Amino acid sequence: MKRYLLTLFLAVFVVLLSLPGEAADFDYHLQAQPVADGVYTFIGRSEDFNTVNGGNIVNTAFIVAPQGVIVIDSGPSLRYGQQMRAAIAAISPLPPALVINTHHHPDHFLGNQAYAELPIAALAGTLKGIAADGNAFAENLYRMSGDWMKGTEVIAPTRVLVAGPLDVAGRRLRLISLDGHTGADLAVYDEASGVLFAGDLTFNGRAPTTPHADIGHWLAALDQIEAITREAGFRALVPGHGAVTRDAAPIRRTRAWLTWLQATLREAARAGLEMNEVLARPLPAEFADLPVAASEYRRSVGHLFPAVEAAELGASGSVKQ
Amino acid sequence: MNFPLTAAAIALMALMPASHAATLQESGDPLGSARWADMQKTFLGGQPVLFDPRVKVTAPSIAEDPLQVPVTVDASGLPKVQEVIVFADFNPIVEVLRFYPEGARSSLGFRVKLQQSTPVRAAVRTADGIWHIGGTWVNTVGGGCTAPSAASGSPAWQSRLNEITGRQWSEGPNAGRLRLRIVHPMDTGLIAGTPAFHIEEIQFSEPDGRPLMRVKIAEPVAENPVFTLQRDSGGGAIAVEGRDNNGNRFKAEIAP
Ligand SMILES: [Zn+2]
Repeated sequence: MKRYLLTLFLAVFVVLLSLPGEAADFDYHLQAQPVADGVYTFIGRSEDFNTVNGGNIVNTAFIVAPQGVIVIDSGPSLRYGQQMRAAIAAISPLPPALVINTHHHPDHFLGNQAYAELPIAALAGTLKGIAADGNAFAENLYRMSGDWMKGTEVIAPTRVLVAGPLDVAGRRLRLISLDGHTGADLAVYDEASGVLFAGDLTFNGRAPTTPHADIGHWLAALDQIEAITREAGFRALVPGHGAVTRDAAPIRRTRAWLTWLQATLREAARAGLEMNEVLARPLPAEFADLPVAASEYRRSVGHLFPAVEAAELGASGSVKQ
Repeated sequence: MNFPLTAAAIALMALMPASHAATLQESGDPLGSARWADMQKTFLGGQPVLFDPRVKVTAPSIAEDPLQVPVTVDASGLPKVQEVIVFADFNPIVEVLRFYPEGARSSLGFRVKLQQSTPVRAAVRTADGIWHIGGTWVNTVGGGCTAPSAASGSPAWQSRLNEITGRQWSEGPNAGRLRLRIVHPMDTGLIAGTPAFHIEEIQFSEPDGRPLMRVKIAEPVAENPVFTLQRDSGGGAIAVEGRDNNGNRFKAEIAP
């Protein structure tokens, strides 16, 4: 057994050594995956940002509409945006008509630069978020993804979207304005194909990220988009991260994680744990094999525990001042 | 960061009487910090120093939020602790706080602002005059000390300045624990236009007035500080009294 482990270790080591690292060509190898007629996604890896994946941990998508292509999220870098645009051009001769950013997280909008001459649209809260945090996000990605980011600059959306129907390039989209993952999360339902683009309100096969989360609002948003999956026309759900499904499974998985996370933090605060003790808690078996669960749990404790703790300490009523 | 040899030396020390273990300090700072010599000079003068695994400093190796890095110091494995100094070698303001566990267990949990990756250390002085040192590296993307406090962006906190919330736990695995939170911006003074404004001292006492713990607090302690203390015996309300560097005083009683 020991010898086997050693061999395995060496094999893994050799594989690691032979990984391309910062590939000299900085090619994301984007492959458009068909989801429905005229609807495609580029599926990222279930990993954290690093110098090997170059930030390609995100799903982006496009719809080939009668008069042009609608782009949903633009990826983590200028290079990604350019390569995505080339991959789209290889599938449709139609020019892109509109870029939509589902929310203000950097892996969803830093490819905007490759579409700079087009209208780029998002919810008002997303515009605000990009104005406030965009440069800090970009700096952060330069640090984590290295030279893949070369030349990337923040290009903020120029057009404000509101909830309701949106007719673009001969296609009718239903825009659903939500929040919870961030302060403004846009879900896009393509009425013609029955494809729901849920953005980062849903994570599939990867623990959700929470740097700007309000879990209560997020759970309410999940209920709203789950209702769409029960409509007769629904065909597929494209999550912000992870595989496309034909059912509501990513919604249920995201809800299960968030519900557990919220209950765990509350219970820890009620039991009097301080933050290092909360961080040291093991993950339940249910999530043990979920990619990046341990690191996202640690991050979530950092993001969310201070507020949960403040609420619990404030509710005790045992302080006389 | 890995320092396998030094780690082995620390493990060895745990098995030795203090007088022998002291000789091991020649192997240098187990955290390999270029600033250790400065730290030793600043905080410990020429007094005897021992890197001691009985000083447990817990903090995440990667800090998600450099404005709120949780640190727990536990020196309860040492006898007769007189004073504990907590500092971070590479912080622009190095000293975080000092505490004097007069009647409480010699442990304290709190959160700190870190500007960059740094060792976070506790130097614990026992009655024999020896400083016992423990610590851990915290890696952070930084910005914690030169980022504005949330309070400085909104005036809402002013009406709640020094407001205290908290609780004692008298049952269960955390019996004897006290946690409290104080509303305070804890401005470091490192941002132009925002002078240093921070809590300076808190005294915790038993209901009969016997002191439990005194804490002297410096700028790096995180905004809206949260402290976790442990009382090993006794009961009843704990009295809390303190002040900030602008002379604002606060006082509260936390019932069990
Ligand atoms: Zn996101």
